[in-house]
Amino acid sequence: MSLQSPLGRVRGLGSAKNGTHHWWIQRVTAVALLPLTLWFAVAMIKMTGSSHGVAIAWVRSPFNAIMLLLLIIATFHHMQLGLQVVIEDYIHSEGAKLVLILAQKLASFALAIAAGFAVLKIAFGG
Amino acid sequence: MAEFSLPANSKVGKGETFKAPEGATRTKCFSIYRWSADDGANPRVDTFEVDLDTCGPMVLDALIKIKNEVDSSVTFRRSCREGICGSCAMNIDGMNTLACTRYIDDSKGDVTIYPLPHMAVVKDLVTDLSNAYAQLSSIEPWLKSSENPPDRERLQTPGERKELDGLYECILCFSCATSCPSYWWNSERYLGPAVLLQAYRWLADSRDDHKGERLDNLEDPFRLYRCHTIMNCTATCPKGLNPAKAIAEIKKMMLERQG
Repeated sequence: MSLQSPLGRVRGLGSAKNGTHHWWIQRVTAVALLPLTLWFAVAMIKMTGSSHGVAIAWVRSPFNAIMLLLLIIATFHHMQLGLQVVIEDYIHSEGAKLVLILAQKLASFALAIAAGFAVLKIAFGG
Repeated sequence: MAEFSLPANSKVGKGETFKAPEGATRTKCFSIYRWSADDGANPRVDTFEVDLDTCGPMVLDALIKIKNEVDSSVTFRRSCREGICGSCAMNIDGMNTLACTRYIDDSKGDVTIYPLPHMAVVKDLVTDLSNAYAQLSSIEPWLKSSENPPDRERLQTPGERKELDGLYECILCFSCATSCPSYWWNSERYLGPAVLLQAYRWLADSRDDHKGERLDNLEDPFRLYRCHTIMNCTATCPKGLNPAKAIAEIKKMMLERQG
């Protein structure tokens, strides 16, 4: 219950004067993911049934390693931007919203680092 | 969290059925959502059989006939009966539209009539639009110019005038906003397609010189960027307008001024 005027409620704390960057980077990563995902899917299908050694050799090739790193960066960046939007859409309690956005951003970053590390370790002969 | 099931006091029950008069040969059933704050009861759906031989062709004609001849307490907004005032926007057969421009014959079976979705109901088919109207005021939908007032009209080239086509025709019935899931979940912060189309109507106007301020006011993760291009707005607009495109144009302007 509030006796605040509808216009007062709508104006609220004013405009955040951002959102464009978030929206644009989500599009940029989406465009990047089109060829990267296609490349990755084709490579995986082609490697069906190959041995562990063949897969390691594949990752070790500089072109594949670079493409994998690009795929990882684009995927996890796109994921954390998208998950933030989902949380903002559906979670209306400010506290829960903050905790969830924080948790998903840290988790996305950790996953990206772990995946990138795995590629580098193989590429540089770990 | 967003609520995915109705609260207990919003569950819709079965109401009364009103038969068509004796001798009616061509009848159609109208199932109409009923709720009043006065009786403390849950909403219900009443069914009215209407003799189409003595009724006009539009859904609004049937509603007026029902109100005049069967149950005068059936409550709905209407005024112009020709699709220009936007008063009789309601959900007919699951689609938001104007009762006055919707043919009864467009409904294959019974005609189901509900109020605009996800809005607080005042009574029956009348919803509370005060939030939507406040959102409209917040975008200041009038010409703003720092020029001295001219002695005559502010001129536009035919091309500049053409930019307003598809925008000025909006009658603010809010069919689009109330069809938008993003507006359902975040109507207190997301402006919604109707208001954003109006915002773009002034951004697109060559006579307005406050575009920067207007964009500043809109640039917000919730006010503008809650639009996820679901396109229900464009699919439902009874005037055939394209609010989703207007929103995309605003986003393009945001990008354009960045670099």
